[in-house]
Amino acid sequence: MSSPIVLHFHDVSFSYPHLTVLEDVSFHVHEGEFIALVGPNGSGKTTLLKLILGLEQPKTGTIELLGQNPSKARVQIGYVPQHASYDPSFPISVLEVVKMGMVEARGRQPKEKLKEMALEALEQVELASLSDRPYSDLSGGQRRRVLVARALASKPGILILDEPVANMDKESEARLYATLGKLKGTTTILIVTHDMRMVSSLTDRVFCIDAHKEGKVGRTVVQHMLQDVEGDGIKRVLHNIEIPADQCSFPQEADNE
Amino acid sequence: MSELIGFFEALLSPDFPFVRHAFFAGVLSSVLFGVLGSVVTVKRIAGLAGAISHAVLGGIGISLYLSATGLVPNLSPMAGAIVFALLSALVIGTVSLKSKQREDTVIQAIWAIGMSIGVLFMAKTPGYTDPSSYLFGNILLISTQDLIMLLVLDIIVILLAWYFYPQIEATSFDEEFSQVRGIPTRLVFLVILAITAVAVVLLQTFVGIVMVIAMLTIPAGTAGFGARNLVSMMVGSTLFALLFSFTGLAAGWMLDLPVGAMVVVIAGAFFLGRSAGHLIRMRRST
Repeated sequence: MSSPIVLHFHDVSFSYPHLTVLEDVSFHVHEGEFIALVGPNGSGKTTLLKLILGLEQPKTGTIELLGQNPSKARVQIGYVPQHASYDPSFPISVLEVVKMGMVEARGRQPKEKLKEMALEALEQVELASLSDRPYSDLSGGQRRRVLVARALASKPGILILDEPVANMDKESEARLYATLGKLKGTTTILIVTHDMRMVSSLTDRVFCIDAHKEGKVGRTVVQHMLQDVEGDGIKRVLHNIEIPADQCSFPQEADNE
Repeated sequence: MSELIGFFEALLSPDFPFVRHAFFAGVLSSVLFGVLGSVVTVKRIAGLAGAISHAVLGGIGISLYLSATGLVPNLSPMAGAIVFALLSALVIGTVSLKSKQREDTVIQAIWAIGMSIGVLFMAKTPGYTDPSSYLFGNILLISTQDLIMLLVLDIIVILLAWYFYPQIEATSFDEEFSQVRGIPTRLVFLVILAITAVAVVLLQTFVGIVMVIAMLTIPAGTAGFGARNLVSMMVGSTLFALLFSFTGLAAGWMLDLPVGAMVVVIAGAFFLGRSAGHLIRMRRST
């Protein structure tokens, strides 16, 4: 691929005390790509995400995010967390949640500019009409789309979504992927999910955290070939065709079904 | 009715300066109960604040002992309480950040050890020392200096809450996202805990150590039912705290009962009533 690399892992290993999680992880992502990062629960997806966001530091190896250390570059990421510990009694409106996407380490920005950018982001996820509603009044799927709007509010170059469609109804899922489809090509998108069989048809490449290299304790990352499933808007992950994680041009595509 | 008129006369009379002091302490405390209480409530650190508030009895006991024995003459109980509160906040904050598994144990241990140290030092303090005035508050003990310190802390808390409002709101709502946005979430947490520790010491003159935590959470919880955002929760909570403080002071005066306990009982009853009303409304709407 000719577009610049925005995320690069070089031989990264990571351990918690008494637990080796990742070993020999090398992969890269190009600008504008739509990437799925899949793996079963407990495989190290959250750890890998924390490494990308600079919330954890690798034990060995290096990580470059937009050519910098992730802890410096992470403010340029639009991050959509699972937000599993959400407090429904927290008093906040939809618009205020989205404005939070532009919060800085200190100080505050002009109110009008914040409102304008937040409404623009809500338009992108088709929820502008709900901007004044309490966030807790929304359905789970709508709340997830509001979090996507919050991530988009700062107009990030990279969007990272952690399990974005978990517990989401089909309609909300379709709306979310429609939004992501509009962003594809202009924004680099990385989706983390535990569904290892199918990914969205928007996906360009899939990375899988599942395999252990011979003689290693921690897991590593490999790529698998994708196969279109016609009419369903999804691609099947072909686990029997493995590609080195750091390779981004494939000799041949899998045949369509 | 005559008791109520008597209360207002006492409030305005130069012969009862302690009633006026208690009234102003109530007004000034309400700002802290409202603004800081809302932050404590939405950040869900009421348990931590409760442990700090009880542990300050250790600092009070040590200060009284050192002062009465002449080891450190004229050492104010407030000074010892502030040092103890800040140390407790530092330990509790660090444990909360570093060791989630042992958090509960350490918090409860600090709560109990702090109180026990206070009781032991008070027992060995020459002369009569009544821990109950610190535990449950005593409006006779509120001095002009206490009021000035409360006013200064009010101003500091309002300024910090105004300037760092976006960061406080963001870290309380979603700490992980805030960290990605570059906000030093751990520092914000420790600063909030330290300010809460100092506030707890100043507020205990009005309602006492045992009941400070109730007033840091009940007005905020009551305001939370109708609040649209954190700032409206802070304003509503301050107004509720003002209402509870004033009615508690008046009722305590009229019925000759401890004001601190009266304030908390009124606040608690109001909160429970509002919670019941909220639950009924929720059931009807579903």
